[in-house]
Amino acid sequence: MEVKDRVIEIIAEQAVLDPADVTMDSTLDSLGIDSLGLVESIFAIEEAFDISVPFNANEPTESDFDISSVAAIVKGIEKLVEDQKS
Amino acid sequence: MKRVVITGAGSINSLGHTVPETLAAMREGRCGITELDFRDVERLAIRIGGQVKGFEADKRFNRQQLALYDRFTQFTLVAAREAIMQSGLEFSGELAARAGVVLGNSGGGMTTLDENYRSVYEDGKNRVHPFVVPKLMNNAAASHVSMEFNLKGPSFTVSTACASSNHAMAQAFQMVRTGMTPAMITGGSESMLCFGGVKAWEGLRVMSRDGCRPFSANRNGMVQGEGAGVFVFEEYEHARARGAEILAEVAGYAMSSDAADIVMPSKQGASRAMAGALRDAGIPREEVGYINAHGTGTAANDKTESASVADVFGPHADSLMISSTKSMHGHLIGATGAVELLACIMAVRDGIVAPTIGYDEPDPECALDVVPNEAREAPVEVALSNAFAFGGLNAVLALRRAP
Repeated sequence: MEVKDRVIEIIAEQAVLDPADVTMDSTLDSLGIDSLGLVESIFAIEEAFDISVPFNANEPTESDFDISSVAAIVKGIEKLVEDQKS
Repeated sequence: MKRVVITGAGSINSLGHTVPETLAAMREGRCGITELDFRDVERLAIRIGGQVKGFEADKRFNRQQLALYDRFTQFTLVAAREAIMQSGLEFSGELAARAGVVLGNSGGGMTTLDENYRSVYEDGKNRVHPFVVPKLMNNAAASHVSMEFNLKGPSFTVSTACASSNHAMAQAFQMVRTGMTPAMITGGSESMLCFGGVKAWEGLRVMSRDGCRPFSANRNGMVQGEGAGVFVFEEYEHARARGAEILAEVAGYAMSSDAADIVMPSKQGASRAMAGALRDAGIPREEVGYINAHGTGTAANDKTESASVADVFGPHADSLMISSTKSMHGHLIGATGAVELLACIMAVRDGIVAPTIGYDEPDPECALDVVPNEAREAPVEVALSNAFAFGGLNAVLALRRAP
């Protein structure tokens, strides 16, 4: 399974939606995921890929990790997974 | 209704092992937050905290006691000894039968849990020390205080996360005020600075890796502390009759529940607690000179608390002082309200307001006088101590200068 599909699956599970309803331009807001849900999703993503995501709930917009859309999250995770391999 | 005064105070925390040491550090704006030092700390992402250093438990307690006292109980007893010694009270006869001890605590014996889980899970041992249960239970500290000082009245432990101490002191206050007992020992303690304790907090991603900077625009989270604060709450006439030194008067309190979110704070819940404490104490808001903020240094708490203060105090919000001493001693969770009450006592008794240290940049969403970086001399008639816990449970105490 591609990184993108796995991330979407995790986000969909958190949002209690079908993965087909989570599009790349969805935002966490539009999916109804609050700050606690975000922290939980990041934990699930870290577990799934065995990576560490640089995210602090106190400065979500200033963290090195972009969470502005599903596409941004997928891109960030792809990079972390890539870095992990190298 | 009786009047209630404080006739003894004791504490141990990262700023000092006594109240005078703690207050000296607060006056100097000293930071007690350092690199954490305990087993497996290298496996943590968060490695700073307001850890009590230089504490030699074996010099204060004998072997039998150490087998029964988790670190949070040790801290409690050290603070209780100082408070009761200062009050000059001796508990015997009728006083002993009526006086009790109500303490706040959140995690119980976390070090004991951590060590014993490690032993059975990691080391694969199948036998644990016989006293694990009496050592880790949340009420162990209150029970040991009652035994050491012969306190036979109402005694229990209150657990409301970060508001535990304030809720506990509210109970003790209420008992003395209604005449149920002439004196109570109250406050709280916490010791979560062990691998499992910090790891659990790390998971929530609200901890700072580099420092606690409440109200500062560049704040990035909370920093944990540990320790205890213990007080003697005494009925005013009882204290006066025996010529006791009065540190401050406990004028009122209020408690509220947000009934909203398990971690996010609520402006309305905080406002109802602050306004309620003033109403209970019969104090007009203009008389409040200082607020010891909950001020955790998280994005969410500090802006919500600031907005709440603005709501409750209206134009007076701009003339009062509000500081978060967590910037110095860290967040002591279940003990935090007790240690922070010391800053309120210092304000009303000595006219010295403890600063918010680590303050680098103003945040327009926290536009109050946060007493940045340096303590200030100012006469304060009334001080409030805020505690807003995870779970949305709030408790605020109002202190007034000694009568």
